Amino acid sequence: MKRIYLDHAATTAVDREVMQAMVPYFTERFGNASSLHTFGQDANRALASAREGVADALGADVEEIVFTSGGTESDNLALRGSLPGHKGHIITSSIEHPAILKTCRHLERLGCDVTYLPVDADGLVDPGDVESAITSETRLISVMHANNEIGTIQPVSEIGAIASDHGIPFHTDAVQSFGKTEIDVRKMNIDMLSLSSHKIYGPKGVGALYIRKGLKIEPLVYGGGHEMGIRAGTENVSGIVGFAKAVSLACERFESDTAHLVKLRDMLIDGVFGSIDDVFLNGHPTKRLPNNANMRFMFVEGEAMLMHLDIKGIAVSTGSACSSASLDPSHVLLALGISPEDVHGSIRFTHGRENTEEEIKYVLDMLPAIIEKLRAISPLTGK
Amino acid sequence: MEYSEKVMDHFLNPRNVGEIPDPDGSGEFGNPVCGDMTHVYIKVEDGRITDIKFKTFGCGAAIATGSMITELAVGKTLDEALAITRDDVADALDGLPPVKLHCSNLAADALYAAIRDYQAKNKDS
Repeated sequence: MKRIYLDHAATTAVDREVMQAMVPYFTERFGNASSLHTFGQDANRALASAREGVADALGADVEEIVFTSGGTESDNLALRGSLPGHKGHIITSSIEHPAILKTCRHLERLGCDVTYLPVDADGLVDPGDVESAITSETRLISVMHANNEIGTIQPVSEIGAIASDHGIPFHTDAVQSFGKTEIDVRKMNIDMLSLSSHKIYGPKGVGALYIRKGLKIEPLVYGGGHEMGIRAGTENVSGIVGFAKAVSLACERFESDTAHLVKLRDMLIDGVFGSIDDVFLNGHPTKRLPNNANMRFMFVEGEAMLMHLDIKGIAVSTGSACSSASLDPSHVLLALGISPEDVHGSIRFTHGRENTEEEIKYVLDMLPAIIEKLRAISPLTGK
Repeated sequence: MEYSEKVMDHFLNPRNVGEIPDPDGSGEFGNPVCGDMTHVYIKVEDGRITDIKFKTFGCGAAIATGSMITELAVGKTLDEALAITRDDVADALDGLPPVKLHCSNLAADALYAAIRDYQAKNKDS
C-alpha cells in the first residue's frame, strides 16, 4: 500500500545527500576530533566546517555554536545552564515543548520561580505580558519560535527587543521553525537558540545550541573540555556532518521548500473546510508554519481518526489523550481555551518536502468518509 | 497503539451501532471530557435482552468494547448480562493494551446503566 507521511513535526527521513555526506565519517574518516594526528585533524576540520555552516545559517559566529544530542538537550542546557545556582526567575509560555516545561518544573522544585505566560486563542504570546512579568530577579526569558503542535509563530523579535532592553538573556526553541521561517539571531535579539537535526531531514541524536558570545552557561555534562568546555564528550562527527548538510540544504531550498509547503498546507485546509462540516483550525490563521495544518473535528476522537487514516496509509498525529503516553489531552490546545472534548478531536497534519499534491488529494478523498463513519457512531453528533 | 486483530475488526466494523428509538432501557458511561463515552440501548422481553445497540465517542478500544458488549449481551437474561465484567469484554477482544484497560473499557458499565434504567422503570411489574 501507498504510505503518506504527514507527521514531519515528529521526525523526518534523512535526505539522501545528508546520508551520503555522513557515510565516510563512520569508516575511513572515523577520527576523534580531539586527536592531534592526521585522523583526528581530518575529523576536526569536518567539525569546524559543520560549525561554520550552522553559524552562517543563523547569522551567528562559529564560536557561538555548541553541538548537542538534540533539541531536548539544547533546551535543558539553555535553561539549567543559565540558572546553575537554582535561584532566580524564568519567564516562559504555557505552550512550550515538554523539554522546556518539564525543565522549568524541575528548576521550580530546586528553588527557581517560573512564570508561565498565557496565550491567546490563536496561540500567540503577548510581548506586553512578557514585559509585565519581568522582575528584578528575572534571569531568563524562553519563548519558542514556532509551536510544534499548532504551528503558531511567536513574535520573537518583539520579545527579543524587550529582553534586550531589560538586559535579560532571551532563549528560543527553534526546533520546528528552522528551515521554514527566517531566522537571524542578531536582528531578532536572540541570545540562545535550540536546533534539532532530525526535524530537518538530518539524523536523529544531534542538534545545537547557539549561545551569544559573553553569555555564561554552566555545562550539564563535565569531561574532556569539548565544545568550548560547555558540552563534554567526544563529538558525534558523522551526526554533526549530517546535521550541517541538512542545514545547508534547508538554506539552499528555503524559497522552494516554503512555497511548496504553503501550497500543500492551504490545499489541505481549504479542502477539509470545503468537504467536512463542524471543523475548526487550531492555531493562528496566518502566523503559522508553512507545513502545519492542525484541525479539530467535532464529535469524534483523535486516536480513532488517526487509526482509520493509518489503515489508509496516512500517518498523522493527534492532541487526544488516548494517543499520549501520559493520557493527558494536549496542554497546548487546552491553553488556547479549547474544551477538552474538542481537544480529543484534534488532528495534526505536518507535511514535508517530499509530499505531493496528489498525496494531499488522496487525504482529501479519504477523510470525509472516515469522519462521517465515526460521527455516525458518536453519541455527541447532533447533540 | 498495538491492538489485537479482534479489536481492529470491531473498531473498523462495529456491530449494532445506533440507537433504539423506543428502548426499554438506556444508559451511558464515561465522559467526553476524558475522551471516552459509551451509550447503550436495550430492548427486554421476558427478562431477556432481545435487542441492543450502542454509540461511542472515543478511541479505537472504546469503540471496539462498545461493539463487543452488544454481542456478549444479546439473548442474555438481565442477571447474566449484569455478570459480564470489563475483563470479559477485554478477553472477548483477545485483550486490550494495558493503558486502555482502565480508561477505554466502558461498555460493561454502560450496559449496567441501561439495565438499571430498565429495572427502575419496571419496579412495580
